[in-house]
Amino acid sequence: MSGRSIANLRSVTGIPTARLVTWWIIASEIFIFGGLLASYIMHRLAHPEWAIAAANTNTKAGALNTFVLLTSSLFAVLAHKAADAGDGPKAAKFLRLTSLGGAMFLIVKGFEWTHEIKEGFVLSSGGFWSFYYTVAGLHGLHVLAGLVIMLIIASDATKNRDLPRVQCVGLYWHFVDIIWIFLFPLLYIAK
Amino acid sequence: MSSESHSEAAHIHHPDYVKIWAVLVVLLIVSVLGPLTGIRWLMLFTAFGIAVVKAYLVAKNFMHVNLEKRWVTYLLVTSLVFLAILFSGVAPDVMKHQGLRWENYAAKKAVESGSQASAKHE
Repeated sequence: MSGRSIANLRSVTGIPTARLVTWWIIASEIFIFGGLLASYIMHRLAHPEWAIAAANTNTKAGALNTFVLLTSSLFAVLAHKAADAGDGPKAAKFLRLTSLGGAMFLIVKGFEWTHEIKEGFVLSSGGFWSFYYTVAGLHGLHVLAGLVIMLIIASDATKNRDLPRVQCVGLYWHFVDIIWIFLFPLLYIAK
Repeated sequence: MSSESHSEAAHIHHPDYVKIWAVLVVLLIVSVLGPLTGIRWLMLFTAFGIAVVKAYLVAKNFMHVNLEKRWVTYLLVTSLVFLAILFSGVAPDVMKHQGLRWENYAAKKAVESGSQASAKHE
């Protein structure tokens, strides 16, 4: 037993501490993203002119990124399944595939933003674009963080070390996916 | 890996994740096709109704929220309740541009200039 996995051994509520902490992080993220999304919805309903700006977002890119994140979530849960079976190397393989999905998401976002900025739609172009870049940018940072953490956990999982962490990072990744599931219709579909 | 956490993990029933992913992808396609109908209520349903269904599927089947201890449900529901309180507390100020003794000139001006830009655009 490795001393590094102590968070997975403690369990006051019946949930291993590492997983409980992950749920706490998710609860706090609900406030961060929920607050932003609630503000966006309020302003969007009060400002019909935002629909004009929203018409310039690229639905195909948004749909592609939704597909990429859903698929990466599948890999994350398959990693969890492999970790449950005690197969660290297989879990690591799926975690790396999940990270690849995250990287693809950021690349698509990069192309999309480059095009929009070249068109003159920047952070200061109006209320809609301020929300668009803030919410999508914050989400992108979460994708980047998850991607890096997953690669670190994958390197340990390859050696069958700290496998419960595979589920924890998976929970975080699914939450990031759920946030995008709501961002997609708000920013790309409702025009 | 500890024997405690391993034995706990071994009790989780893993459904057919690929099937769930396939359902999620079909729902994504429906939400993209929704606006093509040109029917506003249908578009809103396919966009936001389906988003709620997709989020539920991910939370239940990928995050296994239903298999967690009740503390997790309490934690998440509490977060959502506070979010609803925030929304209902702030929404009247943001969504209304005037009241009995006040007027939000900046918001009104933004709507007006936006509408003019829209008219020019058309």
